[in-house]
Amino acid sequence: MPEQFLWAMEVMLNGLMAGVLYALVALGFVLIFKASGVFNYAQGVMALFAAMTLVGLQKGQVPFAHLINTIFGTDVHKFGWELAPWLAILLTAGVMVLFAWLVQRFILQHLVNQPDIILFMATIGLAYFMEGFADLMWGADIKTLDIGLPQGVNAWIDETTFNLFGYGFFIDNLDIAATIVAALLVVALVLFSQYTKQGRAMRAVADDHQAALSVGISLRFIWVMVWSVAGFVALVAGIMWGAKSGVQFSLSLIALKALPVLMLGGFTSIPGAIVGGLIIGVGEKLFEFLVGPHIGGATENWFAYVLALIFLVFRPQGLFGEKIIERV
Amino acid sequence: MIYREAGDFKTSYREDSQTFPIKLDRRAYWTLMVVAFAVVPFVINDYWANAVLLPFLIYAIAALGLNILTGYAGQVSLGTGGFMAVGAYAAYKLMTAFPDVPILFHVLIAGAITALVGMAFGLPSLRIKGFYLAVATLAAQFFLVWLFNKVPWFFNYSASGMINAPERTMFGAAITGAEASAPARYLFCLILTVALAWIARNLTRGSVGRKWMAIRDMDIAAEIIGVNPLTAKLSAFAVSSFFIGVAGALLFAVYLGAVEVGEAFGIQKSFLILFMIIIGGLGSIFGSFAGAAFMVLMPVLLKNVLVDGFGWATDLAAHFQFMIVGALIIVFLVFEPHGLAQLWRLAKEKLRLWPFPH
Repeated sequence: MPEQFLWAMEVMLNGLMAGVLYALVALGFVLIFKASGVFNYAQGVMALFAAMTLVGLQKGQVPFAHLINTIFGTDVHKFGWELAPWLAILLTAGVMVLFAWLVQRFILQHLVNQPDIILFMATIGLAYFMEGFADLMWGADIKTLDIGLPQGVNAWIDETTFNLFGYGFFIDNLDIAATIVAALLVVALVLFSQYTKQGRAMRAVADDHQAALSVGISLRFIWVMVWSVAGFVALVAGIMWGAKSGVQFSLSLIALKALPVLMLGGFTSIPGAIVGGLIIGVGEKLFEFLVGPHIGGATENWFAYVLALIFLVFRPQGLFGEKIIERV
Repeated sequence: MIYREAGDFKTSYREDSQTFPIKLDRRAYWTLMVVAFAVVPFVINDYWANAVLLPFLIYAIAALGLNILTGYAGQVSLGTGGFMAVGAYAAYKLMTAFPDVPILFHVLIAGAITALVGMAFGLPSLRIKGFYLAVATLAAQFFLVWLFNKVPWFFNYSASGMINAPERTMFGAAITGAEASAPARYLFCLILTVALAWIARNLTRGSVGRKWMAIRDMDIAAEIIGVNPLTAKLSAFAVSSFFIGVAGALLFAVYLGAVEVGEAFGIQKSFLILFMIIIGGLGSIFGSFAGAAFMVLMPVLLKNVLVDGFGWATDLAAHFQFMIVGALIIVFLVFEPHGLAQLWRLAKEKLRLWPFPH
């Protein structure tokens, strides 16, 4: 087989893996959008915040250390303990639930019945607030996240493909782990929303707020729950991205990458988020591989958006989105 | 009595529909103009020009532009930074290609070029609405920044990839370059800002502006009563991009002097301008100025209080700035969705009745 083709295939496989990570972020968006009609721009910053909290808790950092030291002239940095990964993850999930409650109590509750675009801008404000808050709480330096996920090249795939084609594919163990976790997460979410009482209530709210209220579903509880679930998804995404490239500010920018994924897949569809993520992941890696060298490279910055833009002109509701019907 | 219409008789339709119907407002406006044009240029120094006045004037133009598109025509755009970059690079290419032409023409033509680019990216708005459009404008943001970064023709093949404003003049006075004096730069920006604000005010209260507002309030209904969505939306994109392009050209040529595209015109700039019009007030000319002033002054104030006053580290102050901006956005959206402009309006209403409660 020609080498060029093998390389393209390797790029494609890596694109699929990257796509899974995009889909993970996009999933959080879809959940919140379906249940509360809020387009949550802060999802990426939630992932950053979750990852930072996880690292901070695990390493036993003192929150707001910099601020405390500046005001009181003290010099505290660490509590001096190290938590087990599972305990840290559990505690972080708790923090995200608390965060969901705060968001519901102080923002969403006051913005009921506002136009969607106002809510969207409110989440941009929330994203800014959390960015500053997270940095203030845990410090702005780049942190390494290590909860014992496998890293490095997968030797088995490398060997097998080498024996088959005479060229070993380079695929990161971490990406494989991410794919498995993402698949588990999606299955869990589907089971949750189909077979549990709360999940059904969530779908009812997504369908029609007022009808759900009239049969006695508590909107406030559902919103807190949905934001908690989205916070948990953000935590998973934060762990995966954080383990891949370190916990730093650029993590919050994956939210921007998830937007074209959503536009492709449609804002209201969980399968759409996954398929959209895969298309974007493969598309941008292949485009960079095939066309990038001829036009200067770094096309990954904009390819996803332009693809989504062109796609939307032909199908404004996305691949799996509900058909948009407009009335006066 | 202060601040009353009473005794201020209007004898023509023209007088009746003027921007400032109350005498005190008119006097305040003209006083402000006299101070801005005749007093400030004599007392201005480099610190005030660079830290406060120039950014305020330039961002006010950009905020006016985005307010026309988002506040009046209802099309949310996150591509402001990209369009500002178009203005800056167009101005740069024109300045280096035609060195003898006065700078004013470079800036205006750069605005016109941005208007064309804006219309091209505005075309999808006919099919895509709401969030989808907001995200689609991100395509403009990232694509344009990438383009100016990667195609050497745009930065005249300079080794650093940056663009530097050469010295260009207007009526013999240097406006750009290292030799330009603070009063000259200030006056140049001031004239453009006042002229563009005047244009914006008159466009938005004329038939064009009413069409934009009809589209914003409900586009299908607007179409039924005879507003052509193609011309209304594209004209909003064109006018808005013209303003933003001029602001980008000024930001590069007059204010910064040297620009690296990703740093000066990144996505953060798009959000900055968006925040200005949210805090200032969507769909308000005064709001654009108020928002620009607020977002320019707040970091200066925070730096003075926290860093110089309390002796905090600059990164702490920066984190606080993020938190304050974010919290303010939310507070404004919750308590006063129409921004500072609405607060101002309410204050004026109160003043008109004062000292009576009703």
